Amino acid sequence: MSSIKIELRKEDVDKINEICDSFDNEPLELINILHKTQEHFGYLPAEIQEATASKLNIPVAQVYGVVTFYSFFTMTPRGRHPISICMGTACYVRGAEKVLDEFKKELAIQVGQTTADGKFSLSSLRCVGACGLAPVVLIGEKTYGRVAPDDVQDILKEYQ
Amino acid sequence: MRGRMTMETIKLTIDNKQIEVEKGTTILSAARRMGIDIPTLCHMKLEDLNIENKPGGCRICVVEVQGRRNLSPACITKCDEGAVVRTHTPRVMNARRTVMEFILSDHPKDCLICPKSGNCDLQDMAIRLGIREIPGQEIAEMSTYRKDTSPSIIRDPDKCIMCRRCEMMCNEVQTVGALSAVNRGFMAVVAPAFEQNLEYSPCTYCGQCVAVCPTGALTEVDHTGDVLRAIADPSKTVVVQTAPAVRAALGEEFGMKPGTLVTGKLVSALKELGFDYVFDTDFAADLTIMEEGTELLTRLGKFLNGDRDANIPILTSCCPGWVNFFEHNFPDLKDVPSTAKSPQQMFGAIAKSYFAEKINVSRKDMVVVSIMPCLAKKYESQRPEFSVDGNPDVDFSISTRELAHFIRQANIDFNNLPDADFDRPLGESTGAGVIFGNTGGVIEAAVRTAYELFTGKKLSRLDFDELRGMEGVRQATIDFDGFPLNIGIAHGLGNARKLLDEVRAGRSKFHAIEVMACPGGCIGGGGQPLHHGDSSILKARARAIYEEDKNKPIRVSHENPYIIQLYKEFLGEPNAEKAHHLLHTYYFDKKAKIIVKQ
Repeated sequence: MSSIKIELRKEDVDKINEICDSFDNEPLELINILHKTQEHFGYLPAEIQEATASKLNIPVAQVYGVVTFYSFFTMTPRGRHPISICMGTACYVRGAEKVLDEFKKELAIQVGQTTADGKFSLSSLRCVGACGLAPVVLIGEKTYGRVAPDDVQDILKEYQ
Repeated sequence: MRGRMTMETIKLTIDNKQIEVEKGTTILSAARRMGIDIPTLCHMKLEDLNIENKPGGCRICVVEVQGRRNLSPACITKCDEGAVVRTHTPRVMNARRTVMEFILSDHPKDCLICPKSGNCDLQDMAIRLGIREIPGQEIAEMSTYRKDTSPSIIRDPDKCIMCRRCEMMCNEVQTVGALSAVNRGFMAVVAPAFEQNLEYSPCTYCGQCVAVCPTGALTEVDHTGDVLRAIADPSKTVVVQTAPAVRAALGEEFGMKPGTLVTGKLVSALKELGFDYVFDTDFAADLTIMEEGTELLTRLGKFLNGDRDANIPILTSCCPGWVNFFEHNFPDLKDVPSTAKSPQQMFGAIAKSYFAEKINVSRKDMVVVSIMPCLAKKYESQRPEFSVDGNPDVDFSISTRELAHFIRQANIDFNNLPDADFDRPLGESTGAGVIFGNTGGVIEAAVRTAYELFTGKKLSRLDFDELRGMEGVRQATIDFDGFPLNIGIAHGLGNARKLLDEVRAGRSKFHAIEVMACPGGCIGGGGQPLHHGDSSILKARARAIYEEDKNKPIRVSHENPYIIQLYKEFLGEPNAEKAHHLLHTYYFDKKAKIIVKQ
């Protein structure tokens, strides 16, 4: 077996190192480091996980374990307007699945995918703690409450 | 503070019996001390080796603690003063059964053809709990993953029950970091990074994950079919070598007490199986001592003359898991280990040159098989540098477990076999070769020879108790006639890492360091009969190895007459040109590289 080679641009490596340094390269800060890294790059592809693991001197399997455990982290680039539909119990019983189906239909993508123009990406999550507004949809930082399938087209129009 | 600290104790009742235990004791270990065998699945503890897996995840071990609303997992619940614990109430039994039914609902039911069948903790638990049906099985969803085959280990994640023993071994004990729990919920599984194949991970193939896996999720690559075909092929001369640790463990597979030496029966069985020549890897271990011992003395001589580049300490290089480990983790130190090949590979190189010439068989018509306590040996035998024109020095390496299967399939009544002797010339070995199987054994064997060569004097004693034991990192100073030789020993790769970090930092005070990847050394290898968490088995095997050493008429490698003859007839001097060409190797940098694009 030959050794694994990971290619990254210099500015990307510098950024990863800078973020790790800002947490004193402390492996226990891995989740916070990944938060910052994803905030900068938009997602956490394998190369970035390898570089982070190498800087922190921890196994990359451990980084991958964390990235795949938390639904917040993603290995595929998100759209400019990431859409998250809450599928927590309260939202689910109030019809979140129908809302999700409507988004899928309108955008012609599945959960975990991004539209071809890079504008929207679709994900589901479990409870945002706003059960009184169920069903809840998040687009970027904006929250939409009591969303019905019929509202979906109008919501998307806001981002035209 | 003077005097002994008095341990705070706690009294509690388990199944109507009283017991007093130290504060901090878990309900599980208190119960076991009383002979109450609470079933466990994910929990595993290897006493004396400081190895314990207790994620409290499977919940098979739940018990009822009076006054607590929920059932408590015994493996992680500490005993409370006055607690009343019951381990087999209807509520407990129901919960236990339900847990088992849930685990089985997402587990393949192909036990009949599973490589772990008959030796599987999950199967044993299903039998013990008397599971007869799995409610809702028709509608239950099954998680499915890709199978991954590497040169040594097969991963079948469908059979993973997320006990995470392998992850604990790989990360905490071995600090290899190849495996991690990934994904969540139904998709959760233990896998290498990016769910790639093990081959593209820093896996060392030490096989400790396989040694502790309770199911068929991690098993070895089986080469017994290849060996059977080679034996049946009349154009092939099939030569077999068996590692020292095999004879101290194989008997367990046939119901013998752990620590039963079966050297003579092992030789008989191999002859019955149809091998043309039954030889001993211990012979090659003696050869290793000649080469590695000479290298140690050469480097030591340079070091004592003030040469700072003498690469002291010298590190042993017999263990292929360890070699893989430093190639992945310490490539900057790859000039420090001895260049001597492992005994398996030395044997292969000598069998296909010296011995092949002797019996007038061409290299391509000779098949060398090794019986090893090890899974990394499979990968080692496939390294391209250990072949000539694509023909490997060792064709197939099979584990102790595979050999046991092979013997059973061949209708051999192992327990009633007579004892037989190894063939000559590559079957003669000394006690020094035998102890290679134990942690501390390689360095003890090296000390026996190096002492006599360095001082020119005979050793007055051959047992170096200061080098023996189960402590993860050990050190000893041996008086080489006025020169104090500092020796370090580590078994388990996590312990090796500690010594290597010191070497890298230039702080190591050792002249020589022995490393074995597996806890206990080769006797605890990834290819040995499964210990199912009972570390007393490892200690019994270690005792058996030292017993075999004691019973040998010759106990120092350089007095092995066939080794002397080999140098005289064929190799010349240790470390000389021919020996170097056949018996030494080189190492690679396998660390993952971050390449910066310009």
